[in-house]
Amino acid sequence: MPDRTGADVSNDLQGAAGGSHVGAQGGDGAFVILTLADQLCGVPVLAVRDVLAYQAIARIPLAPREVAGNLNLRGRIVTAIDLRERLRLPPRPAGAPFMSIVTEHGSELYALLVDEVSEVLTLRHAAMEANPPTLPRIWAEHSHGIYRLEQRLMVVLDVTRLLQLQPDNPDTAIAVAA
Amino acid sequence: MDDLIAEFLTETNEALADLDLALVKLERTPDDQATLSLIFRLVHTIKGTCGFLGLPRLERVAHAAENVLGRVRDRELAATPGVITAVLASLDRIKLILFALSANGAEPAGDDAACIAALDHAASGEAAPMPAPATEAAAAPEAGAVEAPSAEVASGSQTIRVGVDVLEELMTLVGELVLTRNQLLQISRAEGTNLFTAPLQRLSNITTDLQEGVMKTRMQPIGNAWNKLPRLVRDLAHETGKKIELDMRGQDTELDRQVLELMRDPLTHMVRNSADHGLETPDIRRAAGKKEAGTIRLNAYHEGGHIIIEVADDGRGLDVAAIRAKVLRSGLATEAELAVMTEAQVRHFIFRAGFSTAAAVTAISGRGVGMDVVRSNIERIGGTIELASTPGQGSCFTIKIPLTLAIVSALIVKACGERFAIPQISVLELVRVGGVGGTAAAIEQIGGAPVLRLRDQLLPLISLGTLLRLQEADTKADNATVVVTAVGSGMLGIVVDDVYDTEEIVVKPVAPILRHVTMFSGNTILGDGAVIMILDPNGVARGAGLSASRDRREAGAGSAQAARSDDGMALLLFRVGGQPAPRAVPLNLVARLEDIPREKIEFSSGGAVTQYRGKLMPLIAMDEGGGAGQAAGPTQPVLVFTDGARSMGLMVDEIIDVVHDRLNIELGAARPGLLGTAVIAGEATDVLDTGFWLTQAWRDWFGSAHGTPAHRRLLVVEDSDFFRKLLVPALSAAGYEVTAAGGGAEALRLRDGGLEVDAIVSDIDMPDMDGLEFARQVRAGGGAWATLPMIALTGRGAPADEARGREAGFTDYCQKFERDSLLVSLQQCLTEQVPM
Repeated sequence: MPDRTGADVSNDLQGAAGGSHVGAQGGDGAFVILTLADQLCGVPVLAVRDVLAYQAIARIPLAPREVAGNLNLRGRIVTAIDLRERLRLPPRPAGAPFMSIVTEHGSELYALLVDEVSEVLTLRHAAMEANPPTLPRIWAEHSHGIYRLEQRLMVVLDVTRLLQLQPDNPDTAIAVAA
Repeated sequence: MDDLIAEFLTETNEALADLDLALVKLERTPDDQATLSLIFRLVHTIKGTCGFLGLPRLERVAHAAENVLGRVRDRELAATPGVITAVLASLDRIKLILFALSANGAEPAGDDAACIAALDHAASGEAAPMPAPATEAAAAPEAGAVEAPSAEVASGSQTIRVGVDVLEELMTLVGELVLTRNQLLQISRAEGTNLFTAPLQRLSNITTDLQEGVMKTRMQPIGNAWNKLPRLVRDLAHETGKKIELDMRGQDTELDRQVLELMRDPLTHMVRNSADHGLETPDIRRAAGKKEAGTIRLNAYHEGGHIIIEVADDGRGLDVAAIRAKVLRSGLATEAELAVMTEAQVRHFIFRAGFSTAAAVTAISGRGVGMDVVRSNIERIGGTIELASTPGQGSCFTIKIPLTLAIVSALIVKACGERFAIPQISVLELVRVGGVGGTAAAIEQIGGAPVLRLRDQLLPLISLGTLLRLQEADTKADNATVVVTAVGSGMLGIVVDDVYDTEEIVVKPVAPILRHVTMFSGNTILGDGAVIMILDPNGVARGAGLSASRDRREAGAGSAQAARSDDGMALLLFRVGGQPAPRAVPLNLVARLEDIPREKIEFSSGGAVTQYRGKLMPLIAMDEGGGAGQAAGPTQPVLVFTDGARSMGLMVDEIIDVVHDRLNIELGAARPGLLGTAVIAGEATDVLDTGFWLTQAWRDWFGSAHGTPAHRRLLVVEDSDFFRKLLVPALSAAGYEVTAAGGGAEALRLRDGGLEVDAIVSDIDMPDMDGLEFARQVRAGGGAWATLPMIALTGRGAPADEARGREAGFTDYCQKFERDSLLVSLQQCLTEQVPM
């Protein structure tokens, strides 16, 4: 029986690859665990096509600031989205290493740039908790919920929402206009 | 063979194969309604197509079979083996006829009576003796080929049907292969000659061949996009009462399926346009000495990796004057800007958004979505469109489009360390600038905007790095290269740091997130694996604020003509007659603005008057009603115009504002009392014809007998239609007999034609021959007008100008729009002149 958050997941992730699987699995879900400015986050493993270590990224002039550039993944052009910019986190120190999580959305490939990808964890859906009401808006908008891991808290990222970068997103619209 | 027949053969052969299977299935399960309707539909289609193509034998046989099947479908007849056999026999007969058709392109002679009789028997429910199809077949001329049909038909047509998606997939794969090949070649070049060099070269050649081969599978003759046109043209001819011949050439020219699909609508639209706007009605054509039927000619051919498509008509050609007027009216350019444009540039306005010259919106075209959509569709696929037109002889649009969209040849350039691809089709030439030797051309600046002298032209430049915000504006570009690109009707120089090479690139669409960045038409992966953006020169031009056909907003883009400024003037905006749209009048024509208490407005002889400064002043309402009181308040706002001792008040609803703006007026307003429409403060605004309203008041209230000064003849020389329209009525109203000329040359012709006048009023700033030159010519050589008083009108009043004017021969100098001083000046000049 899908719990409340489970239902949310399947609704919100309609278009995202793997989204339906998360709901369908019911019991357990595997998450790719990543770090963003010291915050532990997770992405449903079925939404992830590839995890890349450092890649040359060609910047795109005039792109929204979240768009870090393009990268070449075995002959396919992948749009790189810097999640630090996307979630309005402080920028990554220059020269600091980063990794990318490749995901498919509407037959386009996107690489989500994160600080580090550490492991894959299988967690029970029922254990996921709703976002605390005090969560900053930018996080709440892009999160399905929170897992309490032994040491730290992990935010389950909503990949579909993260990729909604169209000019209809006011943040982006401003960034574009500026 | 006819294309239609060939297609029919392919389709029917497929249908027949399906039918064989379905009939056998039906025999086993006679009650299967789905199969039955499938069979019925297939036979029905064959019959229908035969009838359409004029194949009577096939049609008769198919019709008989359809009859039988119809009855089976309606459950009036059981699908007994006898019935099925009869139908199968008819199918064999159809195959036989088809075979002869594919061999000879025509139906063979022969008699199908027995076959049809058998079917009719079956239809009537009687079991009939079945004639053996094979013996009947002997009646056909190709008697020997009894058993050949199925095999021969298949091999004869030599085509198979493949889903478009399969071809698309193949093309994508070939694209990837080309990329990988490029990558390998790059590595190989870096490594120098080794074992791999030779096989790699072979691989490269094979890849190229494969690419061409696969592209060929996607090729379709352009005739496919044209096949609906004859019907369209016929209908259009019918609707418009014109006689139109459609001449299509080069239908076999092949181009990529994707390109073809994208070209279909623009072509249809252009043919519509030609039929609707381009060609004249038969009587007009006859009067012009042309043959009654107009011709629309479509021509397609290959030219150097591109397809050229021409859409030409032998109609009236583009009416440049109408375009000019329309451009002014819609505010796309000012009179001054138009004045310096060539006819070709003016014609190019038809490609601008919101432009349509059709006087009336017809069902066929003229809905304001027109050539601009055509142009943007063509540009979207990396093509260009050009236009040539000769008045009275017709127009010709030339479209140049790439053979394919998937793989294009592009120039790789570098700006600020980043590489970009520019499609070769839009690159005209490369110019080195700066350089140490000093021989290369140099970039010059006009008001901070970089330009380049390119032979006889001033080329506006855009620094790619600055435009894409890769760097701060770098004015000192040494050792740069200018990529001269064709954008719309003009050219644009894109300044880059370096130019590498041309490379065949596979165009990949940009991610949806980046679609709003119009400067890029896609991205691609280079041989070295780098991802780079493909520039769209038209998008770059737009991004630089310089539209393809020179937008008004281009400002800093550095075209030399932007320097020519028009006179700005103070304009009074007001509302009148309950209309929401504001009206405008030049402020210096208005003597005063008054709020007249409503109770002070009196009515006499059916018109409104008020006592104003001790005199009666007529009040004119601008709406048809003619009565006062359209403003609700206790007072009536009135614009007071005075002339000597006479005053007239124009009642308005509300005075809005005084703005300082350029008056780019479009003439030919349909309503009297208005000069036309101009864009003022960003809004389309009707401009008042004060002369009209003044004469209205005077005729009504003072009578023409009143106070006309001695009959004097004036010549007004003024290039601007607007000022002319303003001056002439005002001067006529003052009692002068006015002749107007649009320029110095025209005025001199009038002189040579024997026109007699008493004084000349001339503008100074005019194209071709300015007022000073005109004055010199009038004074020189003792022509008929050599001693006439000449009054100069000018927007500027610097004493130096005035001195130059007097030197050239002007008697007096007046500010434009200062009507009173002009009248005074005329009075003085003429009284001085009278004794002569």
